[in-house]
Amino acid sequence: MSNINLQCLLGIQCNDFVMIAADQSTSHSIMVMKDDEEKIHKISEKLIMGVIGDQGDSTQFAEYIAKNIQLYKMRNGYELGPTAAANFTRRNLAEYLRSSTPYFVNVLMAGYDKENGPELYFMDYLASSVKVPFACHGFGGYLSLSIMDRYHKKDATEEEAYEILKMCVKEVHRRLFVSLPNFQVSVVNREGIKVLPVINSALLK
Amino acid sequence: MSARYDRAITVFSPDGHLLQVEYAQEAVRKGSTAVGVRGADVVVLGVEKKSVAKLQEERTVRKICLLDDHVVMAFAGLTADARILINRAQIECQSHKLTVEDPVTLEYITRYIAGLKQKYTQSNGRRPFGISCLIGGFDYDGFPHLFQTEPSGIYYEWKANATGRSAKTVREFLEKNYTADEVATENGAVKLAIRALLEVVQSGQKNLEIAVMRRGQPMQMLDSDTISSYVSIIEKEKEEEAEKKKQKK
Repeated sequence: MSNINLQCLLGIQCNDFVMIAADQSTSHSIMVMKDDEEKIHKISEKLIMGVIGDQGDSTQFAEYIAKNIQLYKMRNGYELGPTAAANFTRRNLAEYLRSSTPYFVNVLMAGYDKENGPELYFMDYLASSVKVPFACHGFGGYLSLSIMDRYHKKDATEEEAYEILKMCVKEVHRRLFVSLPNFQVSVVNREGIKVLPVINSALLK
Repeated sequence: MSARYDRAITVFSPDGHLLQVEYAQEAVRKGSTAVGVRGADVVVLGVEKKSVAKLQEERTVRKICLLDDHVVMAFAGLTADARILINRAQIECQSHKLTVEDPVTLEYITRYIAGLKQKYTQSNGRRPFGISCLIGGFDYDGFPHLFQTEPSGIYYEWKANATGRSAKTVREFLEKNYTADEVATENGAVKLAIRALLEVVQSGQKNLEIAVMRRGQPMQMLDSDTISSYVSIIEKEKEEEAEKKKQKK
């Protein structure tokens, strides 16, 4: 049985930045093995990808995508923007889905485009890809989506968005039957990628 | 069914030469000059750009390119062959990172390129690459390196070197003028590279392509203004020197 739905990814896009959060738990069967796993991967200077799913699949897929996007940059002398990167990633997911070795991963892709500003893409293991203002994966997402819908606004500041994520995590802690103690948070803006403090119960007090 | 023992073009001549490889080296000698200088904390590569036709897009004529964020390569010889090699090397750089997490070392990627070149001198239905490469950059321990590969698959490491047309003249110039003090600064290293190139460049100063890589920073191609300011400084120094000589007489 997969634990893809027991993990959680959250993402919010506003006018000046896009922020994603990912839980840091890895579980094996009924046991929690780790609570400081990094599920947000740096793809390029202004592009990050949150990946959840089977652990081997997640790392393998994220590295494969990251290296190919770097290769594109070396070959052509310019980087793929978030839209192009998301398209590339989706296509890879779709091709692997129809192979004998599909990747079982859900993805949020967040990047800053020179022309179009911050962008957030929602992708699941069935290789759908949607550009969204906010998005979630996993059971934790079911509890968070309504909070994001209520509080998300386009002109929010990074502090406000971080507060929204805190509310989501608080709800996950209270309502979800799975223990997801830590959420790492990264934000992409005009300047690049920034890592924000981990959200956990100590911070939420 | 005949075994394909006679398909290789690169067979020994009776006097022990591999003629195809030597022809490839001749192609390099006809190619535009490339210079590399390894400084204390900078690596400079420079090439003479053949004059770009009036209506040609200049960005499509490039003889210096990145293999990875920390590896830059210049070449002399057949551009078409170089494209293939560059492509393979770029893939290897990423592939290496994917398998062992660390970026390639300069020696590793040079050995990879040299290995590929050697393979093409000994396989059926292939011909050698008609290019010589200067490969510069920084290892992850922070040390700068400058390597060279030849069509035969040999590779060397240098403090400063040239390849391509009149490489010998340029190398002799570098041997005479290279000192550790001269290349201790970025300014000095760039100047030495440009001076070396100007020794053999025929067509004015505009046709230089200079790449500078500093420790821990992305590669930078010098723009034409910077290059021509370097050139004018060098020319001034030359004139002053000539004047001094005159006065002595």
